[in-house]
Amino acid sequence: MSDLIEGHNGPWEVILGLEVHAQVISKAKLFSGAATNFGADPNSQVSFVDAAFPGMLPVINGFCVEQAVKTGLGINATINYRSVFDRKNYFYADLPAGYQISQYQQPIVGKGEIEIDLADGRTRKIGITRLHLEQDAGKSLHDQHPDRTYVDLNRAGVALMEIVSEPDMRSAEEAAAYVRKLRSIMRYIGSCDGNMEEGSLRCDVNVSVRRPGEALGTRCEIKNVNSIRFVQQAIEYEARRQIELIEGGGTVKQETRLFDSGRGITRPMRSKEHAHDYRYFPDPDLLPLDLDPAWVETLKASLPELPDAKKARLTRQYGLSAYDAGQLVADRETADFYEAVAKGRDPKLAANWVISELFGALNRVGLDIARSPVTAAALGGLIDLIADGTISGRIAKDVFADMVETGEAAAKIVEKKGLRQVTDTGAIEAVIDQVLFQQADKLAEYRAGKEKLFGFFVGQVMKASGGKANPALLNELLKKKLAG
Amino acid sequence: MPALTDLTIAGALAGLAKGEYSSRELTEAHLSAMEAGRLLNAFITETPELAIEMATASDARRGKGEAGLLEGIPLGIKDLFCTEGVLTTAGSHILDGFAPPYESTVTANLWRAGAVMLGKLNMDEFAMGSSNTTSYHGHVRNPWRGRGDNRELVPGGSSGGSAAAVAARMAMGATGTDTGGSIRQPAAFTGLVGIKPTYGRCSRWGIVAFASSLDQAGPLCRSVEDAALMLQVMAGHDPKDSTSVDLPVPDYRAGLGKGVKGLRIGVPKEYRADGMDGGIEKLWAKGAGWLKAAGAEIVEISLPHTKYALPTYYIIAPAEASSNLARYDGVRFGLRLPGETLDQMYENTRAAGFGPEVKRRVLIGTYVLSAGYYDAYYVRAQKLRSLILRDFTTAFEKVDAILTPATPTAAFAVGERMDDPIAMYLNDVFTVPVNLAGLPGISVPSGLSDKGLPLGLQLIGKAFDEATLLRVARSLEEAAQFTARPEGLA
Repeated sequence: MSDLIEGHNGPWEVILGLEVHAQVISKAKLFSGAATNFGADPNSQVSFVDAAFPGMLPVINGFCVEQAVKTGLGINATINYRSVFDRKNYFYADLPAGYQISQYQQPIVGKGEIEIDLADGRTRKIGITRLHLEQDAGKSLHDQHPDRTYVDLNRAGVALMEIVSEPDMRSAEEAAAYVRKLRSIMRYIGSCDGNMEEGSLRCDVNVSVRRPGEALGTRCEIKNVNSIRFVQQAIEYEARRQIELIEGGGTVKQETRLFDSGRGITRPMRSKEHAHDYRYFPDPDLLPLDLDPAWVETLKASLPELPDAKKARLTRQYGLSAYDAGQLVADRETADFYEAVAKGRDPKLAANWVISELFGALNRVGLDIARSPVTAAALGGLIDLIADGTISGRIAKDVFADMVETGEAAAKIVEKKGLRQVTDTGAIEAVIDQVLFQQADKLAEYRAGKEKLFGFFVGQVMKASGGKANPALLNELLKKKLAG
Repeated sequence: MPALTDLTIAGALAGLAKGEYSSRELTEAHLSAMEAGRLLNAFITETPELAIEMATASDARRGKGEAGLLEGIPLGIKDLFCTEGVLTTAGSHILDGFAPPYESTVTANLWRAGAVMLGKLNMDEFAMGSSNTTSYHGHVRNPWRGRGDNRELVPGGSSGGSAAAVAARMAMGATGTDTGGSIRQPAAFTGLVGIKPTYGRCSRWGIVAFASSLDQAGPLCRSVEDAALMLQVMAGHDPKDSTSVDLPVPDYRAGLGKGVKGLRIGVPKEYRADGMDGGIEKLWAKGAGWLKAAGAEIVEISLPHTKYALPTYYIIAPAEASSNLARYDGVRFGLRLPGETLDQMYENTRAAGFGPEVKRRVLIGTYVLSAGYYDAYYVRAQKLRSLILRDFTTAFEKVDAILTPATPTAAFAVGERMDDPIAMYLNDVFTVPVNLAGLPGISVPSGLSDKGLPLGLQLIGKAFDEATLLRVARSLEEAAQFTARPEGLA
């Protein structure tokens, strides 16, 4: 397999498993009615339940349960009709109750699997062990005062889904593809916005190495990695560190590590930071969560078309390559955009325009597709002008650049700038005559047998026409004139 | 006419309805009694101004014909119930200065029915205790004294302040909470009726938690009818408590007079303890005789796992408590003792804020939940809890209610059993199984010990069948004719 890492004395296999913490999209918290908006003033979204005041009791938010079940269905997992909330006990200033309500032995979602797409076109199935619901903790702010810590409880009690994978991944690329696919599925479902900068998606990465075919090695867990790029960097560093350690005669110690993105390295957490005995036990304030199978069925029926299904359909329906289809379905808005452009038009041409031109432009201006300056209808209008011969593909690129800048319709730009393609035989012939007159030497060479100069003449004529000559017509007439 | 403070709730409601006196007069009479009885240390916080204000408002409502079920009745509230804007301590130093910005569901129900709050009642710290000697605010004295014995007696616990206040006629009734016997045992020690309803009958929202799977609120009163009236108002479904049960609350008072004819009453052979008072044993037999005479059939039953109830309880309750009490960390409310680091602040605050009994239980609870001990203790205790419940379920296939002693002995002296926690825990041997099974239980004053101290009998009912339980209790009350009063009361 190509994913092996070469050591000093033979290849190593990297074994990766991920725990993803995904913040559930919900107006209220998992066990209280407090709001969950990102970026609100500190401690402005805290109920007495979140602050663990005496006598306060948690009540499960049904919508968060729905989101977890839908996500479970989206990752092809077993839904557990009975699950149990447990208390995970530890003391910290941003954990007001002194315990986090989580699910330990009986999670709401059991085994599942998703398919990841790799750059070389391969796909792989990655197993999912479980998905459970839990509360987030608050935030400790250590940098606001020289010797005090401030606590913001806005995040305390917000619903998270912890999604645990099997140790099925074998490279940083696979781990990245896994996070991307998981995020894509949750975005389709609307259960998590996947925004890693705002912390609504965070990863813990378990890394171990072994000689191919041998038993699993000791793993290290890298906590709280908050971008896909960092996931890859952390894995690459950590795998290399473990290999060098073992090859140097050492052994890997099971430990929790942190990724230092500034230095691109992982380092062990201080032992105090994780030396916990969490004393899990079922939360006596909450009854077991029982789901009605019929309700689960209605959720299943309500799920949107998910990325894999959509990809298969785009390939089938529009004749796209798996790679192009994969790019278009990464998020639902892009796929919808593409389908709107492709409707009634050449689907491959539409795919090319969306993938190479639109994505490129959006990247440059730093916008996502929902805020694209060129709408699907406008891009469709541009493609229509190519299809009916009004402009050439080349001119279309310039028109598109204008559209991105001004937001104007393609037809209007073409009219205003006089970019309509020249299909008048006489006009093109006049340009050809002029070019051949100016390039008399080259013409002589051509006629003496240097036929590869044809391309040179095409370029010169097109240039002289201001790019507006219809390419097919230009070719035809040029051939005739060159022949004499 | 008897003194206003001697009236039962039912009696006072009748007098209020006839206009014989106002709620304000009734309330003032109790406020005076509270002042006179301060030596008992039953109240942590007296709220006389609030009481007068509430009584005045109550009289106005009654004047407009808008009287609630407990209109104008002055009550004491155990200091475990959060009362909006009024100091709530749970008997602990760690809640110093804590005035909750919310009102517990149970007390809100009482106020909505027109009741008047006299103040917050003393209790064992965090409801952990059977003698009301663990309170940060000092121990509560039982208004009763043994014949020829001048020693101060404990009122029982943890609802000791509630029991002392109602027995000493400082309140017409009081709320209590019962996790392992904390209503029924003090009721028995002070000659009162105390009922712990079925788990889920009363909302736990706004009650400072001790052991969440066992805690239930209930009333302590001077008659079964009063207990029925108070429970009627306290009970009911609350969406804010996920363990509260959505069942209608029947009219408890209406069924009280039905008698026990045709009912089968179980007498469990396992309810005998070492060191059990001989008088209690005799009283138990007598109680069975009374019910038989009233037309019930007495059936001997077996509850074979009874002997495991106490150890099971002393694993589950501390386990839950150790987690429930983690929130008292000095960060957001109550006592805070600063420290160099966060851990030191926790240590300083909790070391100073919790008393020895609370610390003992937090340690036990932490131990039984820790890695390596969880299966040996907590998991086995949960299995035993299921077996204890099964004992009752099987028994209730044959009987309608179960009759047992409420406590192995009468009230003991302050200072007794204090150095041996196990001896103290044995007080709850007859009450604890009922909490583990989540069933309703009621203690009814049924006689006096040879020293003239009150003794209680306990009735245990089927889940959510408080109506039958109260009906049997009423028959027992009628037969027992308990009229004794604490010495020294006028």
